Amino acid sequence: MREFFERLGLMAEKAVVTTGQIIIMLFQAVYYLFLPPFKFRNMFKQMEFVGVRSLFVVVLTGSFTGMVLAMQGYNALKRFGAESLVGPTVALSMARELGPVLTGLMVTGRAGSAMATELGTMRVTEQIDALYTMAINPVKYLVTPRIVAGVLMLPVLAIITDFVGVLGGYFVGVKLLGINPGVYIGRTIDFVSVNDIFYGLTKSAVFGLIITLISSFQGYHASGGAEGVGRAATSAVVLSCVLILVSDYFLTSIMF
Amino acid sequence: MIEIRELKKSFNGKVVLDGVNLDIKRGEISVIIGRSGEGKSVLIKHIIGLLKPDSGRILLDGKDITTMSEKEFREVLKRFGMLFQGAALFDSMTVEENVGFALREHTDLPDSTIRKIVKEKLKRVGLEGVESMMPADLSGGMKKRVGLARAIAMDPEIVLFDEPTTGLDPIMSDSIADLMLDTQRALKTTYVVITHDINLTYKIADMVAMLHQGRIIEKGTVEEMKANPNPILRQFLEGRAEGPIKVF
Repeated sequence: MREFFERLGLMAEKAVVTTGQIIIMLFQAVYYLFLPPFKFRNMFKQMEFVGVRSLFVVVLTGSFTGMVLAMQGYNALKRFGAESLVGPTVALSMARELGPVLTGLMVTGRAGSAMATELGTMRVTEQIDALYTMAINPVKYLVTPRIVAGVLMLPVLAIITDFVGVLGGYFVGVKLLGINPGVYIGRTIDFVSVNDIFYGLTKSAVFGLIITLISSFQGYHASGGAEGVGRAATSAVVLSCVLILVSDYFLTSIMF
Repeated sequence: MIEIRELKKSFNGKVVLDGVNLDIKRGEISVIIGRSGEGKSVLIKHIIGLLKPDSGRILLDGKDITTMSEKEFREVLKRFGMLFQGAALFDSMTVEENVGFALREHTDLPDSTIRKIVKEKLKRVGLEGVESMMPADLSGGMKKRVGLARAIAMDPEIVLFDEPTTGLDPIMSDSIADLMLDTQRALKTTYVVITHDINLTYKIADMVAMLHQGRIIEKGTVEEMKANPNPILRQFLEGRAEGPIKVF
């Protein structure tokens, strides 16, 4: 019994220490963002990595999610004779919830794991130490551009996901299930407000911060060779996904 | 130039450095020898600020670098270069970008000038025409040479070497030793080398210090060390399993 509580205590201590370290890294990254010299090249490189290279996967995910939402929505709403509400159902679900969350989860799988692996490899092969010895702050050089890229690019990706999701929903609802296109578009415009889109984008910016901060942190503190790098990548993905879903609940309860 | 005074460091209760005292003179090659796991890397990481000591001081030209602010120490770091054991080249960059990295980050030199400096540094370490290659395409010896070119790119006053010949064949090790001598003599730089390679030590060292059980137990010139009767030093220099140092 005593051993159980000791272990529990150690786990709690580790969780508190890690949380503190993550918060410190966030403060450092933000501080260095405003500290000259400003080198934008690295930032644009990360924006391309997080944003442009995730485009294909989010377009694919968004369009099929919109399509399946329309199909499921049609089947459910048909029972009440409310097929005309398929458009708003798809658009609201995408803008408020699925656009930001799916984009976050997809970017975690694609870019978050790659970030943790890259920084983890740099850590275990002393490349991060090499940066430090060249009088370059590793957090400023490696972490700050990644966080900026995440916070700026996730909303861009989320709005693309929203758009292709709505398009996918339109295709299934109008072209395959025969809903009147005027009713579909009209009802969508009636029900979806700018705030729905704005709050969704705010959520995705928060998810961008979570993904890049957690992935950078896990990679930056990797140890123990190839196995340690693998562990860092796994932790980055699992922790980011969990935090996205948990924070989504709290953000939703605050915003809507 | 560098004075290390009563430097102590422990990890999880295990004492690694137990009051190290050492003077490193300007313009010399100082070699710190010792068995693997004796804390040589820990010592060099303290000199370059990668680790903070539990107690003790490291004075650079009389100023204690262990108590400096981050901003102050970053300026001090510009006086240093370091060659890591595995070269630690940035694997997402070409050789040219690796060697010119610090110049691009810390100076406003035009790119053409940086490329010229990079070419000259690579030539100094015996490499030509490798600028566009990636680190993954280089052999172990070439990586060390590129690492050395990167370490001297900013013309530092002090260059630290962490096991510069580990993992290299004897011929390549000897050529790295020659290279270190050539560059040191040409640039009049202070070199601090940690190694357990005795041939390298005999070839390049102006001063040798032996680290054992967290302390510097002997120091002197190569000739003085060769003549030193200390049985621990003798066992290490002669590479014998039998002696006061227990292997298992």
